[in-house]
Amino acid sequence: MKGLSRIDPFRLWQRSLPFRVVLTTLSAAIVILVATGWFLMDQSSRGIIAGKTQASVAEASAVVANMQATLSATDLRTTSVSEQISRLAREAASRGQVGNQYFVVVETPISQIGTAGLAAESIPDNIRALVGKDDGLWSTPTMIRFTDQRADEPGLVVATTLDAPGQAPYPVFFLFSTNQEQETLAVVQQATLATGVFLLAGLTATVYLIALQVLRPVRAARLAAENLAAGHLEDRMAVVGTEDLSGLARSMNHMAEELDKKITQLQNLSLVQQRFVSDVSHELRTPLTTIRMAAEVLHAHRSSFDAASSRSSELLSAELDRFEDLLTELLEISRFDAGAAELSIDDVDLTALARDEVSALQRLAEDAGIVMTLDATDDCVAEVDVRRIRRILRNLITNAIEHGERRPITVYVRGDDEAVAIAVRDHGVGMTAAESGLVFDRFWRADPSRGRRVGGTGLGLSISLEDARLHGGWLNAWGRPGLGAQFRLTVPRRAGEQLRGSPWPVIPPDLKEFIGVRR
Amino acid sequence: MSEVPRSPAPRILVVDDDEALAEMLHIVLGSEGFDARLCHDGAAALDAFREYRPDLVLLDLMLPGRDGVDVCRDIRAESGVPVVMLTAKSDTIDVVDGLAAGADDYVPKPFKTQELIARIKTRLRRHVTPDADVDNLRIGDLVIRVNEHTVRRGDSEITLTPLEFDLLLALARRPRQAFTREVLLEEVWGYRHASDTRLVNVHVQRLRSKIEKDPERPEIIVTVRGVGYRAGEPKSA
Repeated sequence: MKGLSRIDPFRLWQRSLPFRVVLTTLSAAIVILVATGWFLMDQSSRGIIAGKTQASVAEASAVVANMQATLSATDLRTTSVSEQISRLAREAASRGQVGNQYFVVVETPISQIGTAGLAAESIPDNIRALVGKDDGLWSTPTMIRFTDQRADEPGLVVATTLDAPGQAPYPVFFLFSTNQEQETLAVVQQATLATGVFLLAGLTATVYLIALQVLRPVRAARLAAENLAAGHLEDRMAVVGTEDLSGLARSMNHMAEELDKKITQLQNLSLVQQRFVSDVSHELRTPLTTIRMAAEVLHAHRSSFDAASSRSSELLSAELDRFEDLLTELLEISRFDAGAAELSIDDVDLTALARDEVSALQRLAEDAGIVMTLDATDDCVAEVDVRRIRRILRNLITNAIEHGERRPITVYVRGDDEAVAIAVRDHGVGMTAAESGLVFDRFWRADPSRGRRVGGTGLGLSISLEDARLHGGWLNAWGRPGLGAQFRLTVPRRAGEQLRGSPWPVIPPDLKEFIGVRR
Repeated sequence: MSEVPRSPAPRILVVDDDEALAEMLHIVLGSEGFDARLCHDGAAALDAFREYRPDLVLLDLMLPGRDGVDVCRDIRAESGVPVVMLTAKSDTIDVVDGLAAGADDYVPKPFKTQELIARIKTRLRRHVTPDADVDNLRIGDLVIRVNEHTVRRGDSEITLTPLEFDLLLALARRPRQAFTREVLLEEVWGYRHASDTRLVNVHVQRLRSKIEKDPERPEIIVTVRGVGYRAGEPKSA
């Protein structure tokens, strides 16, 4: 099947420019060659036949004139007309046989006299009719047939009449063989055909070579573009050839230079951005630390304050927590944006990690009236950045608790040969399919009017998604209103490998039946 | 908080160029029963260290005069006193540099007072309890004398910082057990919940460079892939 599809002409037409050019040229050439060939054949056959006719008519009229003269001079007293006619006819026939020039038939009311062995149907009826009516010479092509074994020959009939004194004119037919001419025409035809075939072959080869020549710089440009795409911005094309081709090379090189410049600029910008993020981080964190410690000192002594100051110090502490979380996550996000985030890879048992996180957040779940369980298999070790995976998991679980509606939450851990998946399944409010595409957007909230229990910043899931991507992993959200939600993290077992699938389905398996029925 | 440190009050040298933060640290440490001294310049840090002879150093990584990592290295060159870094950039190479320069632990800014005090107390408290059943422990071709706080290979003593000693001891006490980095973080650094495993990795490297004959092919602290570390088989020296 593969071999067939490879030589499928339609495919080839779509894919190969040389094939297209050659085929187009070839089609045009065939049309032109057929037209010129037909014209050539037509003209030459007309010319040859016309020449033959002219010669034949001249010959025939000379012979007839001679016969007429003899017949007119015949002494009717000594010879009968019919006798004389048959003698003349035989004479003419024998003269015509010299050099195989022509055959003669003279029709008398009683018989046909002339060359022996000639079939009567060699003379077409239409010329026979013409001869009876009028004087003069007519000619028409015919097929000369013989009564004996000789093969039919293409020929020309020249008809005229012989006037005999006191009698009706005798029709005389000269049959000239055009065998020679037909052969000449056949040779011309063959030559024309051969020329056509040679022309076509030559044209095909030439056009193909030209197409290749034109394509070579295009292919070079393609290779150069591929190199550029692969990041070899310093690669340039050789500027050679005609104006058009060297122009192409120059344009490609110009483009490469501009790309190189732009990318260097962007890289510099990114470096500036990274440095800025780092500086902001340092500059903001140090005073924040001081403020935080001061707030804690105040908070610790709030019992000795009046009511307003006491409450103020509480608010100060609480909002500092929020401020700090927000700052941390903003910095984290800008680090991702700057491409400055780096993985610190270790072999991590994700089952153990999930167990840790589930037990660490169990209190929070219990406070929300939620039963949280872990459903994990062993041997879920993967090469990951434990800090980031822990952060993702913590985010997903707190998120599930926040939207859990006092219903159970299950954390699944599954692994196959290539990947490990952790899924957090809740049976809470759920979300629409459209919302599940938005949850990873920054500062997106399902319902702005909903109170926040855990107090996320609105950046948690965005950061989790970036963390997952940094691992070459996936983070998928599934949800339906009233059916709860499932967030699934999949990471490759070995860092840097491409994910092909996940050991855990996006749609919670406990729902599959239900979804199936709804469909 | 309620636990009053042994008298005389442990001395803590705070090296931080941010005067407001340094003063705030002074207030907080003072209220926690520590004796604190401030130093605002990296270049003056080593002199202050020699003069003050602190029990612990709180060291900011970004300092004018002399870089915090260099100050850390200077201190390590002459003392095993615990060094806790204060850093605003917790996930950059700076932290690893600081740890590699010999800092025992780090506290990322902005930190909570409780967190900082807990870290300081952990580093000041010796994990070695003298009631250990055995005084002499063998790990690889090394002999650990727990009560003496010494590690010997044959007759020569190997100088370790208290943290390195604790780390080695933790591994040596349960010779056939593989320790995860998280367990080591809890046993040696006192982290209740697993934190930055770079602490373990960097300190294991530092320790190996001191005790292994060939740190590239460790025999005393062996890496267990997918788990962590364990002690090598005891051998007679």
